[in-house]
Amino acid sequence: MGQTILEKIIQAHTADEVRPGAIVWLDLDIRSARDFGGPNVVKHYEREYGGLPPDPQRTFFTFDLCAPACSLKYADNQQLCRNFARKHGLTVFDVDRGVGSHVFIEEGLAVANSTVVGTDSHMNILGAVGSFGQGMGDVDIAFAFRTGRTWFEVPPTVKVVIKWRPGPSATAKDLTLFVLRELGTSALANKAVEFSGPAVRDLTLAGRITLCSMVTEMAGIIGFVPEHGPALQEEVRALSGRPYQPFQADLDAVYDSVIELEASGLGPQIAEPPSPTQVKEVAALKGLPIDSGFIGSCTNGRTEDFVAAARILKGRRVKPGVMLKVVPATRRVYEELLGQGILRALFEAGAIIINPGCGGCAEGHAGLTGKGEVQVSTGNRNFPGKQGQGATYLASPEVVAASSVLGAIAGPEDVP
Amino acid sequence: MSKTEIEGRVWVLLDGRGALIEDIDTDQIFHNAYLHLTDIKQMGPYALGNLEGWKDFPAKAKPGDILVAGRNFGAGSSRQQAVDCFMALGLAAILAPSFGAIYFRNAVNSGLPVLRSRALEGIVREGKLVSGDKIKVDGLSGRAEIAGRAVTFEVVPMSRVQADILAAGNLFLFGRMLQKSGRP
Ligand code: SF4
Repeated sequence: MGQTILEKIIQAHTADEVRPGAIVWLDLDIRSARDFGGPNVVKHYEREYGGLPPDPQRTFFTFDLCAPACSLKYADNQQLCRNFARKHGLTVFDVDRGVGSHVFIEEGLAVANSTVVGTDSHMNILGAVGSFGQGMGDVDIAFAFRTGRTWFEVPPTVKVVIKWRPGPSATAKDLTLFVLRELGTSALANKAVEFSGPAVRDLTLAGRITLCSMVTEMAGIIGFVPEHGPALQEEVRALSGRPYQPFQADLDAVYDSVIELEASGLGPQIAEPPSPTQVKEVAALKGLPIDSGFIGSCTNGRTEDFVAAARILKGRRVKPGVMLKVVPATRRVYEELLGQGILRALFEAGAIIINPGCGGCAEGHAGLTGKGEVQVSTGNRNFPGKQGQGATYLASPEVVAASSVLGAIAGPEDVP
Repeated sequence: MSKTEIEGRVWVLLDGRGALIEDIDTDQIFHNAYLHLTDIKQMGPYALGNLEGWKDFPAKAKPGDILVAGRNFGAGSSRQQAVDCFMALGLAAILAPSFGAIYFRNAVNSGLPVLRSRALEGIVREGKLVSGDKIKVDGLSGRAEIAGRAVTFEVVPMSRVQADILAAGNLFLFGRMLQKSGRP
């Protein structure tokens, strides 16, 4: 019987029979913990096992949530992990490096067809490069540090075909929010997904990262975008230093269902609090005054995202009274933006440039929102309390840039 | 009674309109303001601390109680505390139509019985299951009954791994058993 992409990756990492619903023992190529969850991983590990993790070359820490630490608890937690890593010679991608999942791509650690786990519920972003990334809790990860494997229930795979070729005014984020609006948290719940069709075929790596990152908000296990051209292959190779040869599903692979979405004429989209699935046209909320903007996160923190924002902000000013925070996903992105003059353009427009990491998405180093504050964000979650006490709206970098210039929710075409 | 047979008084997580609350995320279960807590014994008082209408749950719940929630319970982050806080309260099990995938794993690995049942939505809507009812669930066969109401419903039977981890106590103890027996 034919296999889907995820079934093939799992099959390459287990001796057990792979079919939807089966529970297999899965070999894990990369095991990691971050500054959230990491301290408990260390505590579990030392209490249960002690000694050197058997596979130090494949065991990592990434500090990205609060980088550098802006509270005592994070400082202590990071130091606890650092000390453990030093003692055992493990690599730490420390507070200077940025979002862990992105660092794994850049370092060539998360490659197509690999398995990667970490204490990060958006580790499935790695589906963008054909890797099976999975977020797990600290018990799971401590077990993985020791054994290099875990039990896993093979999820069914859904195929989502999106018919539409992106027009100039709709970005990968708009497409992603559109899918969230259409599918909510039910259609893909606890399932893998393969996105295909004209709307996703030409997505760049950054666009694929945006789409795959929000499979978490769709309640899915992981998303892949199997169709690609030589340009993407070269992009991934140039970034990661590794060839890009992802598994393709068999022609007779069995899907749980095939969902067709028709997205012609899609314009800028925005998700209202309190849920990423509460998606509307930007036009429907146009004019709603904002207090702050945030461009960054694992969803929209690549170079391309800031270039898109700079296209709108260059030569303009963020409206006085509005604060715009800019947080590149990684140090490498930061460097590229420096080299291309993008950071200067954003700085001159009035943006606050912050060092790489998750800050602005979680409660991390880019500050919080206060009661009554309205924020437009390129992040992936707007649940109550996630970034503070304010109300967070989710949109593309272009929409955040335009809204920051006008001081109210707006699309790029509204900027004079 | 084996650990896969569960009996207890239920708390049905309803919203102001009397519907099962869906998509309860880990931030609502255990707010990130208390993430620095690492001692499980201290986590009980914060369970559901960010869920409108249920902030007093830790004061009301008794050891052995069972939580019944709407679909996609435990969506969101990978935080183990969102499981541990219920362990601290001594809950016997959580039942929901579906769970966030990471949450479900975390609960299984910590030895907290979690059971999926599509039937819950119907029986709660029809008023056949309300807070305070006593239920009895056999996690292996998937049979569940509501005491004194002659109502039965089905839950998805526990997988072999889930039952084994539960029997061992948690994933670490299960791992040790496997090691002794030479697997995996
Ligand atoms: S940017 Fe936000 S969602 Fe992404 S990994 Fe960091 S905290 Fe998680």
